[in-house]
Amino acid sequence: MSSNVMVLVEAEAGGVTDATVELIGKARELATAWGGAVEAVVLGPGEVGTGLGGADTVVRVEHPGLATYLPEAYENTLAELLVTRSPRLLMLANSTVGLDLGAALAVAWDAELVAYVVGLQTEGTTAVATAQILGGKILAEVGMAAERGVVTVVPGSFPAALGRVAGEPELVTVDAPGSLGSLRMRLERLVTPEGGDVDITAAPMLVSVGRGVGSADNIELAQEMADYLGATVSSSRPVVDAGWMPKSRQVGKSGLTVTPRAYLAFGISGAPEHLEGMRDSELIIACNTDENAPIFDVAHYGTTTDLFELLPALTGRLGG
Amino acid sequence: MRIVVPMKAVPDLVEEIEITADGTGIDREYLKFVLNEWDDQALEEALLVKEATGAEVVALGLGSDPDIDASLYTAIAKGADRAVRLTGAGEVPDTATRARAVAGYLRDHPADLVITGVQAPDDLDGQLPATLGALLGHPHVSVVVSVALVTDPPEPPAVRVRQEFAGGRAAELVVDLPAVIGLQAARQAPRYAPISRIRQVMAAGGIEQVDPGLAPGSATGASGLAVRRMHAPEKTSHAQMLTGSADEVAGQIVDLLRSRGLVKG
Ligand SMILES: Cc1cc2nc3c(=O)[nH]c(=O)nc-3n(C[C@H](O)[C@H](O)[C@H](O)COP(=O)(O)OP(=O)(O)OC[C@H]3O[C@@H](n4cnc5c(N)ncnc54)[C@H](O)[C@@H]3O)c2cc1C
Ligand SMILES: Nc1ncnc2c1ncn2[C@@H]1O[C@H](COP(=O)(O)O)[C@@H](O)[C@H]1O
Repeated sequence: MSSNVMVLVEAEAGGVTDATVELIGKARELATAWGGAVEAVVLGPGEVGTGLGGADTVVRVEHPGLATYLPEAYENTLAELLVTRSPRLLMLANSTVGLDLGAALAVAWDAELVAYVVGLQTEGTTAVATAQILGGKILAEVGMAAERGVVTVVPGSFPAALGRVAGEPELVTVDAPGSLGSLRMRLERLVTPEGGDVDITAAPMLVSVGRGVGSADNIELAQEMADYLGATVSSSRPVVDAGWMPKSRQVGKSGLTVTPRAYLAFGISGAPEHLEGMRDSELIIACNTDENAPIFDVAHYGTTTDLFELLPALTGRLGG
Repeated sequence: MRIVVPMKAVPDLVEEIEITADGTGIDREYLKFVLNEWDDQALEEALLVKEATGAEVVALGLGSDPDIDASLYTAIAKGADRAVRLTGAGEVPDTATRARAVAGYLRDHPADLVITGVQAPDDLDGQLPATLGALLGHPHVSVVVSVALVTDPPEPPAVRVRQEFAGGRAAELVVDLPAVIGLQAARQAPRYAPISRIRQVMAAGGIEQVDPGLAPGSATGASGLAVRRMHAPEKTSHAQMLTGSADEVAGQIVDLLRSRGLVKG
């Protein structure tokens, strides 16, 4: 066992993701406390990209089969790296990749796993993780005392600034495992997001509806108010899954990230996956009949008025 | 083809959640439990695959889950062929124990396809699909939004799945069976079963009970994890609450927007 902290690097068109830079910043802090190094793992061929200055070592596996994310290929490669490089802790973003790999690697590597981590500290050789449970309504503090651990971290939990530092990490290139030649899954095609009629990321004001609106028909109430306000209607994920709104209007982890001048949320509970996509809006006003809804922890203003009363009242006030 | 859909009862998050006196767990006594919404999605997708291929769909629950029978009967009413309740995993099993119980069952009663919900919101989320995949040695994919049997060519048996990423990006993968899928959303909104039909199914009974024996291995190592403390998030900030009649609140909101130049006049 070493005292190193390993981070899986995720990249998108613009380079290394913010979530990765946040992980590297936190890894730096943990590795310093433990007297170890930060190892950033980059899978696939091509440019390494900037943004990894906070790492001591960049471990590369250049196999073409890793060029795009493929769950089994990534899992097999990381499983081998964990055994050969033996870090103290593996950090993944709690993204699709984290959901695929976190638990599977914990089983394969016989390590402790904490998912949905929003806080991470050291206490001697123990890592103390704070994780969201119950849809973000409760936090659980867990001591990870074993020799090996895996955490999947909610994006936005740690400041990116700590990871965005200049540095010249040492480059280590490692061979891919032979098993990449005999995978039981293959990528058929990548799907780019379907363009919508409007771009919610460009709208200065969003009226966003959640499952609390109850039915497709009721969205009319929000649309009418938004029209008087000159705002665009967006929504949470379940509203899209139910077919009440098109996918292009979805705010959150698996939808779009928005930062409008005003975000008005109606009947949205504020699950971590939703907050991820809107918490940096300039002004957030939330309407939810549950006074304990997590949305009120990020909103600037809130009300427990029933949305079916508030929306028509707003429309009235705006001249409707 | 045999599809198993593990289903789980979770606390209704709209309810107030209390921490136990020792501060390390949630008080389950007065909680209302409902079926994990993603399991409803998983069942819907399994039923769609059944309709396309004639597959057998088995709904699987853990006996210790509150009110799980109602969800299992509802699954049958919607079109599942069988429902199985696992016994012997203890009162409130942790994630590792649960995973090993489900894996134990699947070892004795192999499935071609396991479709779980992408996550359950109650405990350390989203671990079961990947844990099962690892314990059973099957390929696994999570955050999936559609599953279809590949019929061209028929050998080896495989499914085509769509996996979702941030920003609406997705990938279509072909995955050999047997496989484990974590389902984010079915291709269509989950169907409803008429209450009368659910009552009929309940009256007929027929949930099979199986004591699976735990699969070996320390799934996720989670059993070694000590929860030190649970607490509501410290409110670093909380919304300033607007009160009054709906019309008064609407007036305050319009004023807030006006003061920022977002409402003209
Ligand atoms: C991998 C993954 C990715 C995800 N990506 C996203 C994403 O991109 N975006 C997203 O939004 N979610 C996403 N989710 C889902 C997320 O976990 C939540 O399930 C979802 O955000 C909940 O949506 P909601 O708040 O509309 O519904 P609910 O949580 O059901 O909340 C409805 C709220 O409405 C309130 N309400 C009910 N009636 C009224 C009324 N009359 N007046 C006022 N309030 C009322 C209730 O009190 C409740 O708080 C994702 C989940 C996973 C696992
Ligand atoms: N006790 C259980 N009984 C049956 N299925 C379960 C159980 N726990 C988890 N699952 C399944 O695993 C999925 C993910 O759960 P989790 O890993 O707890 O987030 C759920 O949506 C269920 O499909």
